[in-house]
Amino acid sequence: MAMKLDMSALETNFAVPCGDDGDGMYFSAEAPDVPSMVLPTCADFDGFQAATKDMVKNKKGTTTLAFIFDKGVIVAADSRASMGGYISSQTVRKIIEINPYMLGTMAGGAADCQFWHRNLGNKCRLHELSNKRRISIAGASKLLANILYSYRGMGLSIGTMIAGWDEKGPGLYYVDSEGARLVGNRFSVGSGSLYAYGILDEGYRFNMSVEEAGELARRAIYGATFRDAASGGCVSVYHVGPDGWKKLSGDDVGELHYHYYPVQKTPVEQEMTDAPSASA
Amino acid sequence: MECVLGLVGRDFAVVAADTSAVQSILVHKTDEDKVMVLDSHKLMGASGEPGDRVQFTEYIQKNLHLYQFRNTIPLSTAATANFTRGELATALRKNPYMVNVILGGYDKDVGASLYYIDYIATLHKIDKGAFGYGSYFCLSLMDKLYHPDMTLEEAVDLVDKCIKEIRLRLVVAPQNFVIKVVDKDGARELARRELVGDSASAEAAAATTVAA
Repeated sequence: MAMKLDMSALETNFAVPCGDDGDGMYFSAEAPDVPSMVLPTCADFDGFQAATKDMVKNKKGTTTLAFIFDKGVIVAADSRASMGGYISSQTVRKIIEINPYMLGTMAGGAADCQFWHRNLGNKCRLHELSNKRRISIAGASKLLANILYSYRGMGLSIGTMIAGWDEKGPGLYYVDSEGARLVGNRFSVGSGSLYAYGILDEGYRFNMSVEEAGELARRAIYGATFRDAASGGCVSVYHVGPDGWKKLSGDDVGELHYHYYPVQKTPVEQEMTDAPSASA
Repeated sequence: MECVLGLVGRDFAVVAADTSAVQSILVHKTDEDKVMVLDSHKLMGASGEPGDRVQFTEYIQKNLHLYQFRNTIPLSTAATANFTRGELATALRKNPYMVNVILGGYDKDVGASLYYIDYIATLHKIDKGAFGYGSYFCLSLMDKLYHPDMTLEEAVDLVDKCIKEIRLRLVVAPQNFVIKVVDKDGARELARRELVGDSASAEAAAATTVAA
């Protein structure tokens, strides 16, 4: 009896050549007894890509802020992640610890931010190993800005602040996926940033205690979460001083709300009285 | 909206620009210097997308430095203008830089000169010019009040008139401006015209400088 080798694994399951059918259709998915699948079609793929990119762009459903004051840098953020109208997480860590002296904030695409901050962390560590000194905040932010600039227009969505302490003292830079890199003393990024700026600009002074500064940041993020539906969850506040960063607090915005606006006892305006019985 | 303007006087060139960094309706900062000192005797006022603006002006600046290191003499203002135009023209069909430039410079032989270069690589030698929405207001003003042998005081006065008109008539007028000048003594910042003084930030900047 002749041995028969099973060669069915080599056969293609999607489209088989079934000869020219006269219509120029050499490959036909309609060949009998062959499994086939429908491929998604798109008349204007470039337009589809552009529309998708625009949809993601500038929808940084978040609130983050950072500012420099006389005792260092304060960095704060909310913790909500949303996918359109759906809240996908209330416990996101939007402040990324790049190294003990440098923090990054996350607004825009979570994956983009996480990946490129991790990447930046690696580059900073390598700089530290080859130069025997920590990278400056200016240098680190420029590394990131140059990477983002080289990828601009390719769909990355990142709005970040690089904050920390280096040999020159406190440093704060705003970097985004459009290629911008700005130095400053006060920044807020994300869809709730406009609300946060309102509180931050009103309350900001250069001379503040760390507690006061932390409270200002907390109040500003809380204010943004109150008005901006895409921000919420918890408010994390970090301080970066000469000895590196330290997390000051992490508070649920619901609890903060009742802390800032305690429940007021409202007097009863009208009390329902028993209806006179019909029989009386 | 961004405003960059410049003019040449008797033996100097003035370049002025707003100092706002804006994204949609948000003003990120009001002290962003958009007039780069390219080398000892050249000023480059630039407007455009923030990423492109910084990357392009730094690229030009570094190439000028490289040229000076290699040849021990700096590039003339005219040569710099043509180099800048060339770089924009090369980029135009690949990966355009969205940058408009007013280049001012002073050379020993030709004196002060001013060049207009836009993102589609147009190059013009001009004696007064402007970019952005502010240009609609200040070009006419400069046409009326400019004359070729202006003194520095007259030129700064004209720039001030332009800034005043922009603030009066432009809806989304930037608050702060920087004015720089280049003459035989070199390129330098002359003045800032500020409506919004972020005193807290200025204090912080001063403290940071002291720490450095």
